[in-house]
Amino acid sequence: MTVRQLPPGIDATRLDLAREFRARPFGAHSGDLQHLLNVMRGLPIANKHVLVMTEPHRQWTLAEMTGQPPLPRLLSNQVFHSLEEAEWHVFKLRWRELTGAPLEID
Amino acid sequence: MADVMAYCDPQSAAPGETIRFMVSCVGAAEYRAEIVRLRSPQGPPDAPPFREEVVETVANGSYPGRRQEIQIGSWARVPASPLFNGLDSFTLQAMVWPTTPGRGRQALLGTWSAPVAGGVGLGLGPDGDLEVRLGDGAGGIATLASGQPLQSRRWYLVAASFDAGTGRLALLQRPLADKTFHAHRTVVTDMETGVRPAAGDGPFLFAAWRDDGPFGIGGFYNGKIDRPRLAGRALTPAEIEALAGDAIPAALADAVVAAWDFSRDIGGETIRDLSANRLDGETVNMPARAMTGCNWDGSEHDWTRAPGQYGAIHFHDDDLDDARWEADFSLTVPEDWPSGCYAARLRADGAEFHVPFFVRAPRGRATADVAYLAATATYTVYTNNLARFTGDHVELYQGRLTVMDETDMLLPRHPELGLSTYDRHSDGSGVCYSTRLRPATNVRPTGRLWNYCADLFIVDWLDRSGVGYDVITDEDLHRDGQELLDRYRVVVTGSHPEYDSKAMLDALDGWLRGGGRLMYLGGNGFYWRIAYHPRKPGLIEVRRSEGGLRAWIAEVGEYHHSFTGEYGGLWRRQNRAPNALCGVGFISQGFDASSHYRRTAASHDPRVAFMFAGIEDEILGDFGALQGGASGLELDCYDEKLGSPPHALIVAASEAHSNTYMLVPEEVAIPHGASDGVQNAGIRADMVFFETPGGGAVFSTGSIAYAGSLGHDDFDNNIARLTSNVLKRFVDATPFELPGAAS
Repeated sequence: MTVRQLPPGIDATRLDLAREFRARPFGAHSGDLQHLLNVMRGLPIANKHVLVMTEPHRQWTLAEMTGQPPLPRLLSNQVFHSLEEAEWHVFKLRWRELTGAPLEID
Repeated sequence: MADVMAYCDPQSAAPGETIRFMVSCVGAAEYRAEIVRLRSPQGPPDAPPFREEVVETVANGSYPGRRQEIQIGSWARVPASPLFNGLDSFTLQAMVWPTTPGRGRQALLGTWSAPVAGGVGLGLGPDGDLEVRLGDGAGGIATLASGQPLQSRRWYLVAASFDAGTGRLALLQRPLADKTFHAHRTVVTDMETGVRPAAGDGPFLFAAWRDDGPFGIGGFYNGKIDRPRLAGRALTPAEIEALAGDAIPAALADAVVAAWDFSRDIGGETIRDLSANRLDGETVNMPARAMTGCNWDGSEHDWTRAPGQYGAIHFHDDDLDDARWEADFSLTVPEDWPSGCYAARLRADGAEFHVPFFVRAPRGRATADVAYLAATATYTVYTNNLARFTGDHVELYQGRLTVMDETDMLLPRHPELGLSTYDRHSDGSGVCYSTRLRPATNVRPTGRLWNYCADLFIVDWLDRSGVGYDVITDEDLHRDGQELLDRYRVVVTGSHPEYDSKAMLDALDGWLRGGGRLMYLGGNGFYWRIAYHPRKPGLIEVRRSEGGLRAWIAEVGEYHHSFTGEYGGLWRRQNRAPNALCGVGFISQGFDASSHYRRTAASHDPRVAFMFAGIEDEILGDFGALQGGASGLELDCYDEKLGSPPHALIVAASEAHSNTYMLVPEEVAIPHGASDGVQNAGIRADMVFFETPGGGAVFSTGSIAYAGSLGHDDFDNNIARLTSNVLKRFVDATPFELPGAAS
C-alpha cells in the first residue's frame, strides 16, 4: 500500500490544520488533518523520523532511520520532554518537506 | 556500551526446580546478575513507581562475559554416507519455488563444501539462474549455469547430471505450467569437464552448504524444495521427468540413491527417503512444513487429508527455533519463595537486560485462591517483533511517532535473534513459528508498555490488593490443563492474552463451567489459535489464515498447523469466538489516545451492585498511564451473534475514540469508509459481567489500556475500586446464581 503524496486539498496555506494538530496531536482529528497526517506518517521507512527514549518515559531524542535493517541515527541536538512536543517538531519538519515551505505559525 | 542478552529455560518453575540462564555478553569482561521480584513496570511519571526488588540468592553475582553465537537460517541434513559421497556419476534434481533468486548464491541440495571446494552442489547462481558446481577438493572446479534467472515464487523442475565416463555435465531448468502466462522456456545445457567431484565424508545438505563460518554452514536458500532426488548415474531428461513424479518408477529403482518425500512426518523434524537406502535426515531451525507442493491443485486445504500435495518445505535464511546457547548460571527455586513474577537482571558497562521467569506454586497445590495467568504464549508469539520498528506503515496505524530504546535497538543490530510471528521473513513470507529459547528484547519490565510490561500494572494492583495469588503461565495451562485451574477460584488475566491453544481454551471453559471466576482484564484476548510443538517446549506455531487483523496473510492452502494438523487462524472462525468465553471479542485497535467508559443503565442492576459499591461516577477511567484512558489500544465488544451470553450485563461502554481506531477486517464485509472511531459507534469497549451455570462468573473489561488506569492517583480511583470490588466478590465462595434461576 502506498499513501498518495500531496493529495488534493492539502497545501501550505492550510495553517488551520497545523493549529489543530498542535492543539491536539493525539486523539480525534478533522478529516482533512487526518488526511495530511496519513501522508506524513506514510512516508517510507528510509530516513523516517523516530524517537529514541533516552530516559525512561521522560526524555526522547529525535532520530532518523538509516541502513538495512533500519537503525535510528540520533540527531542528538533535538531532545524532547514530552511526546506532544516531539510530535509537533516532526510535524513542522514534514510540513516543510512536503510543501517546500517552512511552517510559519503564531 | 556492552551488548548483554540472555534467555532462560524453563520459563516457569516450582520450588525445588532449576532454571538455567544462557547469556551472551560482548564488550564487557564480566556482568552482574541479580534475581529480582517484579511488582510493577517502569512507567511514566504519573504511574506508580517501578518496583523491582533484589532477592537474595546464591545465583546473584558477577560472571565472566563471553560471546555466544546463534546460527540463524534453516536447512536439512542427511548424515554422511558412502552411498552419496562415493558417487562418480550422478543426477541431482528437485522441484523448487525460489523466493529470492538473484540475492547471491544459494544452495538447493548436494554435498558441496565451500572450504575445500569439493563435492557437488546444485543451487542458484549469483544472478538467480540455476547453477551446478563440481569440485575435486584439489582446486579443480567445474561450474555450469543455465543463464536464465528463475522467477520468484514459480515452480521449476531443476536437475543436474554428470557422467564420469564422458565428463559430460548437464543442467535442466523447466518452469512448471501453473495457469499463469510468462515468457520462460525450458533450458537444457551441458559442457564437458575433466573435473571429477570428490565429496569427502560430509553430510548431504538441503538449502545450505558446508562453510567455514562458526557453525560450518552457509549458502542459505529462501524458498521451497519439493521431492528432491539423487540418482547414481546421469539420467536422461525423460528419466528426470519420470523421477519427478510421486513414486519411484520401477525402471529407475536401481539408479535411485535417494528419493526424499517431505510430505512424510510433516509434524516433525525428520525427512524421509523413500528409496531402499533409507537415507533419512532431519531439518534444522524449523523450516516451514505443511507447505503446498508443486502439485497442489487447490482441491484440498488440509494437509492431513492430502499429504501428497504438501511435499514442500519452505526454507528461510532467518529461521530460528533455538539459540542453543550454553548455560552460564542456574537458579534452583528455594522452597520458601512465593509464587510471582521474577527476572534475572543482568548489567554490564551501562547495559541492562531482563530475563523474566515465573515461580509457580509447589507442584500439585495452590497457595492462594487467585491465579494470575501470565500470557506467555502471547509473549512468545510477539518475541522480537522487528516489524514494529521497521514497517513502512507502523506510524500510520499507531497514530504516533515510533519510539525505541537501547534494548529495542539490539534487535536490528542482532538479526540472529530471529523474528516474531508479526514479521515477515527476508523473502516476504510470513513467520509462522516463534520460540522463547532465545533472548527477547521486548519481554521485560522496561521500555514500551505492552504485553509483559503493561501486564505488570495488573500484577501491581493484585499485589497491593492483599488477596494472595499464585502465578501460572499459558504454557503451564496448556500442559497441565483444567486440573491446574481447578485449584483456584479466580483467574486474573493480563492485558492482552491474545493467543491460545485448544488445550488452554478447553481448560478455561471446563473450569468456568465448574464454578470458576474469570477476570479478563484486557483487550483482544482469546483471538488466535496457536499450536505448541508437541515435543519442543517453548515453540509455538501461528497460521494467519483467512480472517482477522493480520501482520501477514498465510499463503492459500497453508492454513493448517504443521505441528498438529489443526486449522489455524482466528478462534472466531472455529465456532469459538472469544465472546463465548468472556462475553466480548475484538472489534478495533488504535494507538494514539485512549478514552473512557460511560456507565450504562444495566450497571444499576442489583446483580452488579457489588461491583459499583462506593462508585457514583458515570464516567469511568478518564485517566491512566496507557495513553490517558482506561479504554484504548485494543478493544472488545459484546456480540450475541458471536456467542456473548444473552444474560450478560454490559455495565459500561467506552466512547469517543479517535480516527486511528478502525473496525477489524472481519467486521467489514464491504468497505464503506465509516470504519473509524470518530464515525462508527460500534467501536467501543464493553465492560461485561455474567454468571455461569456452575456458580461462577466472568468479568471482562475489553480493553488493553484498562491495566494502565488501575494505579492512577495511588490506586484511589474508580477503575481500581471497581476492579477490587469484583476481585473481593469473586474470591468469596458464595455461588453466583444465574438470573431467573431461582424462580
